[in-house]
Amino acid sequence: MQLTITLNHFSAALVFSLFASIVFGITHRETMRDMVRYGLYCFAMFLGGVLVAGWAMWLLRR
Amino acid sequence: MANSTTQKAKAAEATPLTLMSVLAPAIGWLIPGAGHMIQKRWIRGVLLFISIASLFLLGLAMQGRIYKANGGDILDILGFVGNVGAGVFYIVTLAQDWGQGAIAFATADYGTKFMIVAGLLNFIAVADAYHIAIGKKK
Repeated sequence: MQLTITLNHFSAALVFSLFASIVFGITHRETMRDMVRYGLYCFAMFLGGVLVAGWAMWLLRR
Repeated sequence: MANSTTQKAKAAEATPLTLMSVLAPAIGWLIPGAGHMIQKRWIRGVLLFISIASLFLLGLAMQGRIYKANGGDILDILGFVGNVGAGVFYIVTLAQDWGQGAIAFATADYGTKFMIVAGLLNFIAVADAYHIAIGKKK
């Protein structure tokens, strides 16, 4: 493979969160409305977790 | 104990084995999202395909490593189980000898994880396709 993509940590987490949330939303809920809501919830939790963990590590390093 | 066995037997009777309940998971594993598409859940199928394919291909483009069946190490075997869930993407990658992993790229390890997660997400999608096929989910 010649194509090489370099993502930084945050963009990798963003892409991961987006696609994983879509799959979780579709597979874990019954109705379309619930799927969208659960997908958004998962996305927020993924990104929130990344930010909280990032700040926690920043505090621990100090 | 006997009660539990009776309940399980009744549950097995309630979900008869249909062609779709075998076909949907099998096709869904081979082509992510296809298990939903053959049951006319077009939007869900396309979204699943885009999500799983994007994760796998991004992982490959980030120079991630693909695991083979004869890993030896227990973590390699777990990696293989995750990878194999991606179906046709894993088969093509293995056949083309792509996904060798590049230590020179710091993001290669992210790529490896992306490809494993893509496979694991496809296992969830396969289970969902099966639940739709047996009527447990709409």
